[in-house]
Amino acid sequence: MLKTAGKGADEDLALYRLMLKIRLAEERIVAIYPTDKIQSPIHLSIGQEAVAAGVCMALAAGDHIHGTYRGHGIYIAKGGDLGRMFAELYGKDAGCAGGKGGSMHLAAQSVGLVGCSAIVAGLIPVATGDALAARMQGSSRVVCSFFGDGAVDEGVFFESVNFAVLKGLPIVYVCENNGYAIHSRVADRHKQDKLFRLAEGLGLRGRRYDGNDARTVFKTMSRAVAAARRGAAPVLLEYMTSRWHEHVGPGTDFQEAYRHPKDRANAAKNDPIRKMAARLKRRGLSAGRLEAVAAEIRRDVDRAVAFAEESPFPPIERLHADLYAESR
Amino acid sequence: MKRLNYGQAINAALAHAMEKDPSVFIMGIGVDDHKAVFVTTKGLRDRFGRKRVFDTPISEAAMTGIAIGAALGGMKPVHVHIRADFLYLTMDQLFNNAAKWRSMSGGRASVPLVVRAVIGRSWGQGAQHSQNPQSLFMHVPGIKVVMPTTPADAQGLLLAAIEDPNPVLILEHRLLYDIVGDVPALPVAVPLGRAVVRREGSDLTIVAGSHMAMESLKAAEFLARHGVQAEIVDPVSLVPLDRAAILRSIAKTGRLLVVDSSWTCCGASAEIAAIAAGEGFASLTAPVRRLGMQPVTCPVSKPLESAFYPGAKTIAAEAFSMLGRPFPDASAPELTSAFKGPF
Repeated sequence: MLKTAGKGADEDLALYRLMLKIRLAEERIVAIYPTDKIQSPIHLSIGQEAVAAGVCMALAAGDHIHGTYRGHGIYIAKGGDLGRMFAELYGKDAGCAGGKGGSMHLAAQSVGLVGCSAIVAGLIPVATGDALAARMQGSSRVVCSFFGDGAVDEGVFFESVNFAVLKGLPIVYVCENNGYAIHSRVADRHKQDKLFRLAEGLGLRGRRYDGNDARTVFKTMSRAVAAARRGAAPVLLEYMTSRWHEHVGPGTDFQEAYRHPKDRANAAKNDPIRKMAARLKRRGLSAGRLEAVAAEIRRDVDRAVAFAEESPFPPIERLHADLYAESR
Repeated sequence: MKRLNYGQAINAALAHAMEKDPSVFIMGIGVDDHKAVFVTTKGLRDRFGRKRVFDTPISEAAMTGIAIGAALGGMKPVHVHIRADFLYLTMDQLFNNAAKWRSMSGGRASVPLVVRAVIGRSWGQGAQHSQNPQSLFMHVPGIKVVMPTTPADAQGLLLAAIEDPNPVLILEHRLLYDIVGDVPALPVAVPLGRAVVRREGSDLTIVAGSHMAMESLKAAEFLARHGVQAEIVDPVSLVPLDRAAILRSIAKTGRLLVVDSSWTCCGASAEIAAIAAGEGFASLTAPVRRLGMQPVTCPVSKPLESAFYPGAKTIAAEAFSMLGRPFPDASAPELTSAFKGPF
């Protein structure tokens, strides 16, 4: 609790904590990667933490999210166990998917992360169907579908939002627009580069917001979730953000030709964590207090990595398990 | 027991499942219209309401994903396609999500989804209304595939599919809807993965499913009149496949003819032939033979279409050839199809 807390100060600290947890966990992944202990592609969300943190904090524990291969951030923000995430990255039996999913297919059913897919736009319809189930069951849960700016190139995006609008489903579509679909700019793929407007003709209302400001994300998403829970029409929230690392892998690639020359400078200027730290300091939080938060998260990451390191690989017999659920 | 046709048997199974389990619902293009997908969904909207029986936008890809999501969210969708050709539009969702979800989640989640699709072969359906993509769905682990032949199969396997916690594709055949047969008075699930011996015989084994099982039975009657006893094994379920039943029959007859209701290349018949070669070789007294659609695109022109498909007559001719006997010089009008369109 902040002594000088004004309105929303606790929320700011919680957002800061979530974002920093994502940042420090992924920085640890970068540090580990050269050891080849994580033998699978990784897609980092460093730079985009405000979207995951703001959106997930606006959701209730029973609400569902569906994500993409860039899924570490939402896994952590929705409350997934960090040790099981690292164990999954290591391909260990104790991983959140028994080591069979890996970084691109994180899931944490008990906290509402239904799954993540390596197919661009692949889970937009699945999230929509989850919202249909919620409606049919009379459940109060809201579903959030995360996707990147590349996903709106796919036909299933339009097909899905058409159905959601038609049926008035309790879903919020969240587009994390980091400017690039792999290495391709939005403007090279769409005449209409205001992606939030793309499905207006289908009746999907959209708005674009600063995705590097966790507070803005949290506030706008909270409104959308409340509306969805009331039975309002689905919406698309486009959050503008930036990916600091390469599309896949641990490195950065600001020097590459596909990047805008100002990307590196903008990334530093718009760092969502630094911005939130500055806000917290203005609200009276000491540098020592912020460092204590960081130290606590580092200990969490240490423990999570140790858990992954010490966990056994799945026994070979597990290869043929898990293909089908047993008939009840 | 009661007598129902194939479509009515499916209708009774759907009604039974929806009555028993409120999470079962039916979606698909035209499921609530006056034609009711060959009567299979007739009356269900009025009985169970528009929320549980609804038409969809013509968006097969997304609607498949939506069915998967609904299944993950706790419902039991039955997604219907009036032509199996439309399944090509659903393959990303079925292969990348439905078939993989169980494994990808390390066994923590599953997709209790039923997809019904109609193989359109009949009367001038042409290139894109006639295909049977069975082998594509056999190829990818994680999705079960069944092809009911009789009304009893159609009813029992559909109930089993709905009760199954995994994705199940049911391939129904347009030419089977009018077949009438005995079904249990109260619909009951028939376990997946069990082949049916449609006819016993000692001279050769014909493995054939769906409409080809019916054609093979016609061929077998003709063969019997000329002294050849064919055993007809209908796999019914392609995934899981009842390998033991096929091998048992080969052990008995020593000869295997596989009649595919699709193309033979990399097809269901290729898999069955490989099983025979790998596990039943010692039983075989002659090379395995296969029949299927000609390796070209299905034509509309009637003489070409007739030459494109195997049928009772080509099956009988192949059997005689395997036994080193000439096709008897006898007229065989019962070996031709009488089906008329339009759809």
